[in-house]
Amino acid sequence: MLRIRRDLVDAILAHARRDHPDEACGVIAGPAGSDRPERFIAMLNAARSPTFYEFDSMDLLRLYKEMDANDEEPVVIYHSHTATEAYPSRTDISYANEPGAHYVLVSTRDGADGEFRSFRIVDGEVTEEEVSVLDGE
Amino acid sequence: MAVEVRIPTILRQYTGGAKTVEGTGDTLSELIDDLEARHPGLRERLLDNGSLRRFVNVYVNDEDVRFLGAEKTQLSDGDSVTVLPAVAGGSSR
Repeated sequence: MLRIRRDLVDAILAHARRDHPDEACGVIAGPAGSDRPERFIAMLNAARSPTFYEFDSMDLLRLYKEMDANDEEPVVIYHSHTATEAYPSRTDISYANEPGAHYVLVSTRDGADGEFRSFRIVDGEVTEEEVSVLDGE
Repeated sequence: MAVEVRIPTILRQYTGGAKTVEGTGDTLSELIDDLEARHPGLRERLLDNGSLRRFVNVYVNDEDVRFLGAEKTQLSDGDSVTVLPAVAGGSSR
């Protein structure tokens, strides 16, 4: 189960809407081993595409060095689908390289704007998990 | 000639859990061969037919090797190499 603060859910959705129709992507880092998403980091989609996202390679290096220095992990890795449902595509599954992370997908497609779902992706296996939104913090 | 290599979480299954390992080589490609001898399976995750995989990022002293010489990038004693899988995906398929 993903436990996540309301303001962080809102921050992901706001980023997704801002970058629509391109896919938006980012990370929420948290203390290593805590499973607690805390630090919201919107990333640039270097692909600037409505059907693909990729962190810029230098941004990626900076992000991992920063997390390392802070003793953090990528607790949540999020991105948006802008014309399809918030469910991992084959591409998402083949490039998922953080078995410990919650992969959050949101959708900004017509009629489903605001869809917010979380998955574990381990060895090509997708498992959807419950999302518990924490209010009042 | 020793080079320090930082290994990402997903590849630590090949290094017995180690975050950093040491290796030698005049080029990135030679370094990977050297690592493979002690950490079998690693090469396959980094190279495809001898070329760096598209969705694996390798940095030498914080520079992306794609802008240096990819797998032919020259290494010197004391260099620091970082491996990070790309964070990528999308709804395309």
